[in-house]
Amino acid sequence: MPYLPHSPDDVRRALETIGVDSIDALFDELPSELRDPAIALPPALDETALMAHLRALAARDTATGPNFLGGGMRRHFIPAVTPHLALQSEFVTAYTPYQPEVAQGVLQATFEFQTMMAELTGLDVANASLYDGATAVAEAALLSVRHTGHERVLVSRGVHPETRAVLATYLHALGIVIEVMDLDGGRTPVPASLPGAACVIAQQPNHLGALEDMSGLAQAAHAGGALLVAAVDPVSLAVLKPPGAYGADVAVGDGQTLGNPPAFGGPSFGFMVVRQELLRQLPGRLVGATTDVEGRRAYVLTLQAREQHIRRSKAKSNICSNHQLTALMATVNMAALGPQGLREVAVGSVVQAHRLADRLRSEGARLALEVPFFNEFVLLTRHSALRVRSALAARGVHAGVPIGAEYGLGNAVSLAATELVSDEDIEALVSALRAGGELERSEVHHG
Amino acid sequence: MAEPRHADFPGIYERSRPKRRAARPPRHEPSDLAALLGEEQLRDAPPRLPEVSELDLVRHFTQLAHRQFSIDGNVYPLGSCTMKYNPKVHEEAAKLFQDLHPYQAPETAQGTLQLLFELQRDLGALTGMDAVSLQPAAGAHGELTGILMIRAYHEARGEGDQRRLVIVPDGAHGTNPATASMAGYSVVEVKSDARGEVDLDAFKQMLGQQVAAVMLTNPNTVGVFETHILDIARLAHEAGAQLYYDGANLNAIVGRVRPGDMGFDVVHLNLHKTFTTPHGGGGPGTGPIGVKAHLADFLPVPVVIEEDGAYALSEDVRHSIGRMRSFYGNVGNLVRAYAYIRRLGLEGLRRVSGHAVLNANYLRVKMEQAGFTVPFERLNMHEFVAQPPEGIRTLDVAKALLDYGMHPMTVYFPLIVKEAMMVEPTETESLETLDAYADALGDILGRAAKEPGYLEGAPYATPVRRLDEVTAARKPVLRYAFDGERG
Repeated sequence: MPYLPHSPDDVRRALETIGVDSIDALFDELPSELRDPAIALPPALDETALMAHLRALAARDTATGPNFLGGGMRRHFIPAVTPHLALQSEFVTAYTPYQPEVAQGVLQATFEFQTMMAELTGLDVANASLYDGATAVAEAALLSVRHTGHERVLVSRGVHPETRAVLATYLHALGIVIEVMDLDGGRTPVPASLPGAACVIAQQPNHLGALEDMSGLAQAAHAGGALLVAAVDPVSLAVLKPPGAYGADVAVGDGQTLGNPPAFGGPSFGFMVVRQELLRQLPGRLVGATTDVEGRRAYVLTLQAREQHIRRSKAKSNICSNHQLTALMATVNMAALGPQGLREVAVGSVVQAHRLADRLRSEGARLALEVPFFNEFVLLTRHSALRVRSALAARGVHAGVPIGAEYGLGNAVSLAATELVSDEDIEALVSALRAGGELERSEVHHG
Repeated sequence: MAEPRHADFPGIYERSRPKRRAARPPRHEPSDLAALLGEEQLRDAPPRLPEVSELDLVRHFTQLAHRQFSIDGNVYPLGSCTMKYNPKVHEEAAKLFQDLHPYQAPETAQGTLQLLFELQRDLGALTGMDAVSLQPAAGAHGELTGILMIRAYHEARGEGDQRRLVIVPDGAHGTNPATASMAGYSVVEVKSDARGEVDLDAFKQMLGQQVAAVMLTNPNTVGVFETHILDIARLAHEAGAQLYYDGANLNAIVGRVRPGDMGFDVVHLNLHKTFTTPHGGGGPGTGPIGVKAHLADFLPVPVVIEEDGAYALSEDVRHSIGRMRSFYGNVGNLVRAYAYIRRLGLEGLRRVSGHAVLNANYLRVKMEQAGFTVPFERLNMHEFVAQPPEGIRTLDVAKALLDYGMHPMTVYFPLIVKEAMMVEPTETESLETLDAYADALGDILGRAAKEPGYLEGAPYATPVRRLDEVTAARKPVLRYAFDGERG
């Protein structure tokens, strides 16, 4: 049997040592009426047959071709050195670093991750990771409620709809009220007053690709005694003003774009970075620097009294496993790119997205908004978003994240570009849209 | 932070030099960012990321890997963590599916969707559950998903306001009470009896119309099967409560008995345990949940469905609790778990649980022979709890093991056993490895008796020795101190 080392003699020796007759006898205490039910599983495959089966499945997927999909995940340049280093078996097959004397690899890499995330966001303390960007936003809302004592959360409609859905799921059970702030011209208007709110949550760039007035939102939040939670794309922070600089108290987001493949949505990782005074409200693991008995620098999980294995029902969150390995991918990748490389990734994305927008305008296409955008924007289409996406896929182009009816834009898709998008890719998308009749100026159907 | 000493392993920032670089992304014509984005949106100074050459990068992370213990390096018998071998073919499998974007047209993702659909079906079959969601990102996330579903179920029946309590055993994983709190419930603990099982009389006293759910692990955290599980399920259901199965210990029983047949209404699985997706130094895990039919309408969205041979993601779940995360799940890990199930089949999985229990009992006997005691004198399942001899601290034994190149067991858990050592060798360790582990433990006790101070000073040969954890917590240093900053 694969992966099991015991020979029949080993099994006999083990049974003799234990003093039972058979492996089945080890299960004699289990109620007999429960034992050995009929379970329908497909037959076992040897390694060759397994890989053939999986390749046959993978052949029904298409991952190649020009790709303009965004909406929270994107394909960016991942140099070969990144997975080579991050996926060394010592990192892949390690457990949570509870014995720091033999876990300095994971611990130090996490400390370096925390440093890089604090640098990117301009805030003080990053945790070791959360599950994804959406759950990070939900955890940020809970942190804000704990910190302020207010049980009302304001979230911009510019925050990704799936993120808002997760927020609703998490907060419903605790009776925390969520109010959605509508957009005006694709951006979140700065509210006049916000009494009794725990936080304002806004996304930069927002779900329609537009750049928000985050400084204005921060001032409004603070004037009302609320925190500003900034949901950010970490790649954008190579050029955009960091959350710490515009007054955000908490920066959260999804780390996929920092060096993980999209993997049909996961695993990526969530991050959370806060101002110093919120440190003890942070959920999840934290790595700190200290020394060993010989005075050598060393790293260790710290401030664990916030966590479930110590505080149980009083913990800041129930999170145990985080997303260490995908965060390590980002750590290696950020070090591989450096400030210049990450800037080139971000700028390349901006440049190609604007080149695409210009080409589409020149073809008579209508963009939903005429406001500054980063690397993603919304195109109004003649046909429904799902139909547009499928028609493009049939022409070998992956593009067209559906923009929901809640935005009141009629038929609309978002298009994103990254530094991996070539000028030829742009022409392929333009001609595929033209062939589908999506660029005809005459008529724009709504609904 | 003080200047690095010669003995200090360098940090990536200490290897950094201005204008050095490793990777180069594709270049595009530069552009006037201020004109495109607005001057006020731009950052003043670039983030201080490391600037290293590619070879320096390789050396740094390769040397860090050498400072990291792993299953691939040696035995790692952490109780309740199921640190079994992670087959390499799974890594090849995952690469086949890693480039798909979650929003690409479903007709271009039929292979992945079929895989996910079949995995839902197979996990349902293995747990005895009617419907499965693959979404949760970890075991604790699966717990929250399941408890929120139970909550929604009670609310739909008009009992949401009266059922405010979740019962967990005193030996429960910390995530259980933390999850109940996060779902807005109060937590009460039921004590364990002298055989290490839920105290049935105490349990009966706690039940009532105020109880929403009972969360159990079976086998439980002391490694014994809750033999009264059918009574527990009947009593819980008679009181209107739902029974939640924490799947952390499924490796003991996979393919042999099923939570669904025991009477559980919801189960989460830790794919990074029983189904051997790598732990990755602390994640990503994956925590799918399975539910009985009466809860299927409350599953989180989306679910993977099949219609006329076409696979799709559906948001059509009548009373869904909503979304638990973005997109559909940790697909990379779901592929690995799928590969494992397809590689082993039912007979292979039965042998997994059989050999896991065999190995755990074998090591228990060997550790007893080496001078350790077990608080519950009975056959155990896939793990067991032991205690060192009087006067010896578990922490010290754990640290001494590190010098033998072996990883300690889980220590000081469960909380109900003093100086607890929770040991789970898993089915993939050979008898020679288990013998060596018990021999090392015996050797440690022998040296401790002869050499005063030996145990307290251990470890001696590790990359670093015991750490000053008190200072780490009192004066937290949570990021690198750049020149001129205070550490």
